[in-house]
Amino acid sequence: MDKIFRVNMTDLTTKIEEVPAAWAGLGGRGLTSTIVAAEVPPTCHALSAENKLVFAPGLLTGTAAANSGRLSAGAKSPLTGGIKESNAGGTAAQMLAKLGIKAIIIEGAPKTGAWYNLAVSANGVTINEEKELLGLGNFAVIDAVEARLGKKTGVLTIGPAGELKMTAANISVKDPDSKIRSHGRGGLGAVMGSKQIKFISIDSEGAKAVTIADPEKFKTAARAFSKALLDHPVSGEGLPTYGTNVLVNILNEAGGLPTKNFTTGQFEAHDKISGETMYDTIVARGGKHKHGCHAGCIIQCSQVYHDSEGKYVTSGFEYETIWGLGADCCVENLDDIARADNLMDDIGIDSIETAVMFGVAMEAGILPFGDGKGIIRLLTEEIAKGTALGRVLGGGAASVGRTYGVTRVPVVKNQGIPAYDPRSVKGIGITYATSTMGADHTSGYTIATNILNVGGYVDPLKKDGQVELSRNLQIATAAVDSTGMCIFVAFPALDIPECLPALIDMINARFGIALTGDDVTNLGKYILKTEREFNQKAGLTNVHDRLPDFFKTEPVAPHNAVWDFTDEEIDEFWNF
Amino acid sequence: MKITLKLFATFRNGRFKVAEQELAEGTDVRQVVLSLGLTEEEIGIVMLNGRHGELDSKLSHGDTLSLFPLVGGG
Repeated sequence: MDKIFRVNMTDLTTKIEEVPAAWAGLGGRGLTSTIVAAEVPPTCHALSAENKLVFAPGLLTGTAAANSGRLSAGAKSPLTGGIKESNAGGTAAQMLAKLGIKAIIIEGAPKTGAWYNLAVSANGVTINEEKELLGLGNFAVIDAVEARLGKKTGVLTIGPAGELKMTAANISVKDPDSKIRSHGRGGLGAVMGSKQIKFISIDSEGAKAVTIADPEKFKTAARAFSKALLDHPVSGEGLPTYGTNVLVNILNEAGGLPTKNFTTGQFEAHDKISGETMYDTIVARGGKHKHGCHAGCIIQCSQVYHDSEGKYVTSGFEYETIWGLGADCCVENLDDIARADNLMDDIGIDSIETAVMFGVAMEAGILPFGDGKGIIRLLTEEIAKGTALGRVLGGGAASVGRTYGVTRVPVVKNQGIPAYDPRSVKGIGITYATSTMGADHTSGYTIATNILNVGGYVDPLKKDGQVELSRNLQIATAAVDSTGMCIFVAFPALDIPECLPALIDMINARFGIALTGDDVTNLGKYILKTEREFNQKAGLTNVHDRLPDFFKTEPVAPHNAVWDFTDEEIDEFWNF
Repeated sequence: MKITLKLFATFRNGRFKVAEQELAEGTDVRQVVLSLGLTEEEIGIVMLNGRHGELDSKLSHGDTLSLFPLVGGG
């Protein structure tokens, strides 16, 4: 039977607990949010001993199901002040699932200034004082942990940003190439830093195959599921070729590509940073245009980007990062953006929050728009070193806006708005406003239906149908985030009728249960309501489910669209 | 009439990124698609002057038509 591993950083003890019956049917986001809601006082300071950091693999993680290797991390967010779940690929989730670990709960905080590492194995967790790797970047930590404990060791680590408890700090997860995937959003790296844990190693010795209640049924469902992923043009062909960055040109054409700190909706140099150009560049330099963030991924949306001399620069080079440093900061040089992406991974800072932040910093006059080299300099000289300016920048977009008196600050619940202008793609505005996570495109990705003609079509420039679209997607996403599945399985699930039943069949075959489609919808609703209740108790109410005023008053070219939902219309979201 | 035709992703292979096209009055999007050797099924997104269009949409002088295969990301 799976277990809960609990780590108390106040008295430096660990224990292995049975899984309470109420948690048995949960995994991933459903489990991290349930645990945070049950055990963390909503009004606590997110960087205090009262907060807890929870890691949980999904319900299907560790099985042979395609794309099921995602890990959820949860806590109260120091950035939003609300509940947070951030999920990532890498090797850790599958290792934890195969070790029979349902969740790791890290609570308390050391009473002295000492730093620690946690060593997770089949026998439990040991807490070890750590001196050698403090201050190092994430790439060096991964190399050092592999040298110390072996090449196969799984690693969760924080960089200097997490050690300094910056609210944009992330948690890095070692990927199959010993590079990095990130629990990016919401400042969870700062929570790990507040527990004075530099890294967590995972030893998979003694890991077993995950038990499947009905192996034949599982195999049939897994085959149907994989087929749907490969048959759909988005997951089967578009993503492996161009990666997520194919969106630059599409959003630019649609007038929804936020540019120059959200002052216009199209970027003149869009082609230079586009997915098509990136693909040609990667192929010409001998990089990889397709690559998976975890074993068993058959979509392969990631890539390995090389410099002009054919040397590794970065991987997992995503649309939102390229949009943010590109269009939003007006940087035209993809190599500069790639270098900055690598630095953000090494420093351990969210590449969405930080890209949005640089747009605000440019408006504040800290550096000029278009200054890619300036971004690299501020990352290495200020943020990585934790100077006073670096700490302001490392606090994210809202922190810089507050400090420098900028009024055009694209955030909801303090979290930076990514990559899709809510004035010209209105469905995503409802998601940004209402998500329990703060502005987060992944929590209800209406771009699929507003822009990409996946799951039907809802006109992005009109208000009609957006609240319902966002609600349905947020409910479905909360459920999918509990399975360990990559969110991109939603593309085939929205269009191919066999896909979602196959996913549910896999869960049923894994546990010997009989969930229906309605049960899965109810799980999604339960998760959203649990998260919202936590947020309300923490002081985040419907008044915080709003976009910044400038979206209402500043029309965005080329459609001259404004954000025109009333408060009452937004609040309709929660009527379920 | 003249329109600007933009192609994206795999549609550029063996074709072009952007071109001016001289078309007969009354030409619709479908006719342009077929003239490129593409099939209706291959078309994921049609954008006409920055808004979603249809295969049946009639083109006018000065229009910008953008064609995408079904792609996505996020």
